[in-house]
Amino acid sequence: MAEPALSIRGLTKVYGNGFHALKGIDLDVAQGDFFALLGPNGAGKSTTLGIVCSLVQKTAGKVSVFGVDIDRDFARAKYHLGVVPQEFNFNQFEKVEDIIHAQAGYYGMSLREAKPRAEQLLKDLGLWDKRKGSARMLSGGMKRRLMIARALMHRPKLLILDEPTAGVDIELRRSMWDYMRRINREEGTTIILTTHYLEEAESLCRNIAIINHGEIVQNTSVRELLTQLNTETFLLDLARPIEAIPRLEGFEVHQVENSQLALSVKRGQKLNDAFTQLTEQGISVVSMRNRANRLEEMFVSMVEGANANNSRTRQVREIDSDKAAAETTTTNTGTGRH
Amino acid sequence: MDPKQIATALWTLVVKEIKRFTRIWPQTLLPPSITMTMYFIIFGNLIGSRIGEMDGYTYMDFIVPGLIMMAVITNSYSNVASSFFSNKFQRSVEEMMVSPMPNWVILTGFLLGGMARGLGVGVIVTFVSLFFSRLEVVHPLLTIGVVVLTAGLFSIGGFINALLADKFDDISIVPTFVLTPLTYLGGVFYSISLLPDFWQGVSMLNPILYMVNVFRYGFLGVSDIPVELALAAILAFIVVLFGVALWMLERGQGIRS
Ligand SMILES: Nc1ncnc2c1ncn2[C@@H]1O[C@H](COP(=O)(O)OP(=O)(O)OP(=O)(O)O)[C@@H](O)[C@H]1O
Ligand SMILES: [Mg+2]
Repeated sequence: MAEPALSIRGLTKVYGNGFHALKGIDLDVAQGDFFALLGPNGAGKSTTLGIVCSLVQKTAGKVSVFGVDIDRDFARAKYHLGVVPQEFNFNQFEKVEDIIHAQAGYYGMSLREAKPRAEQLLKDLGLWDKRKGSARMLSGGMKRRLMIARALMHRPKLLILDEPTAGVDIELRRSMWDYMRRINREEGTTIILTTHYLEEAESLCRNIAIINHGEIVQNTSVRELLTQLNTETFLLDLARPIEAIPRLEGFEVHQVENSQLALSVKRGQKLNDAFTQLTEQGISVVSMRNRANRLEEMFVSMVEGANANNSRTRQVREIDSDKAAAETTTTNTGTGRH
Repeated sequence: MDPKQIATALWTLVVKEIKRFTRIWPQTLLPPSITMTMYFIIFGNLIGSRIGEMDGYTYMDFIVPGLIMMAVITNSYSNVASSFFSNKFQRSVEEMMVSPMPNWVILTGFLLGGMARGLGVGVIVTFVSLFFSRLEVVHPLLTIGVVVLTAGLFSIGGFINALLADKFDDISIVPTFVLTPLTYLGGVFYSISLLPDFWQGVSMLNPILYMVNVFRYGFLGVSDIPVELALAAILAFIVVLFGVALWMLERGQGIRS
């Protein structure tokens, strides 16, 4: 079997201020995979990726990239890596094309080789018209695409993206997804991304690891993870606004808006039962859809579970109160109306 | 990386550095030219004519080499200090860190960039000085050699400063409180033979004195101190500081948490 694109063993990071950001992480990403690294703010995602691409010094552990141990030959490992960091890290005053030409130069690519490659990438990523302007004049989404173009100049086999679609509008996000899918499929580039949009991981990635408080709490395929879900939530649009939240035997119901209900269905329950009861109460449903972010629900419960086990009570309360706050708002809207 | 790739990477970095200071020439090339012209007019022409001779030369002829050297020193230093620090500040230093480019190439790239600015300004100042004095160079090779070495040395100094700096203020501390006094006291404006014995002795501890003196020796053929010793000292400083800068870079000091 081919060696993994990325292999991490016992990775530990203690920052200068004594903070334990990573507590011995093991992770494998197969060649050709499309892999998501998920976790709440401060979980250790950027720290992990930072170590892999030499922006952060590890405290202990092993990292290899396509079988090349970074302690042995980091330079060779770096040839395989393309990095799109979470924060903008280019000189704002340089011209777009200068930025990516220079990056190619750092990998030993002559300007003659770099130019056609840059043209291709800038065109693919919709930045060709902007190439002569200085980078600070790009919009946020364009800056992010500039970093993607820059990372791909030397044709890396492993592309690492730390929250690539943060601050990118929906349309653009879709086109970036298509682009990432394309290079994953057509060029066989292994892709690792971190994201807060769980929907992004669900729609793009094959495998997933969830990290929390510097520990991997789950590492599996996206499909596997989704089948573990035992509750699904449907949003029901009603023909008429309702006065009170209907009670449905055996089902959990929330009011989202005046004429919208959220219905949670556990595995094994029949939708028919819910509809029969709704009909009996004279409520008619005009349309129904699956609530997005199923993964999100799972994610929240998983992170909470891990927290409880770790007895990190303070953090648990913070996450809980956020979620509670979100829930209170929805319920309030409901109760406020009747 | 193979040697050809290394050459490409180094070239990329040097060109980028040169592009930077030429892009912002009103901040980098213009001010030293104006300041030095002022020095020539005020000290050389107006006051200098009253001072008379210094070490057997007109005051103007005496200060020209020192002023050129002063411009080279401050410009090499501050070019690397501000360029590398702003790379740190804008995080674009990460572009280099993620690449397979060895640290010595990064260091050398910035160093050559700083030397290019220092020597560039040196050439401008020399050109300006031609309006005020008849420039004659007794030992051209030595003159060029020492100014190049000095530019290199202070570029490395600027690099170390930038690695250690946390904020923009930190890169102006050394030029203001160390470089400027040492340059002024380094025999740019006077011959140390004017000083009492004790202060002559103290002046000998000032490294800039050696550079200014050797440089002036190259032009005029006179020096307060032995030329070979001075050259050896500059070389030794370069080797040691290059080693220190490289070691700091390997450790990721100030750039890698
Ligand atoms: N330079 C640093 N010094 C000290 N602590 C740090 C440093 N960088 C990060 N940390 C801490 O390490 C933890 C992990 O940070 P990291 O950036 O890896 O999180 P993340 O999972 O990427 O979060 P986000 O989703 O917000 O980007 C956080 O608690 C953070 O405060
Ligand atoms: Mg992060």
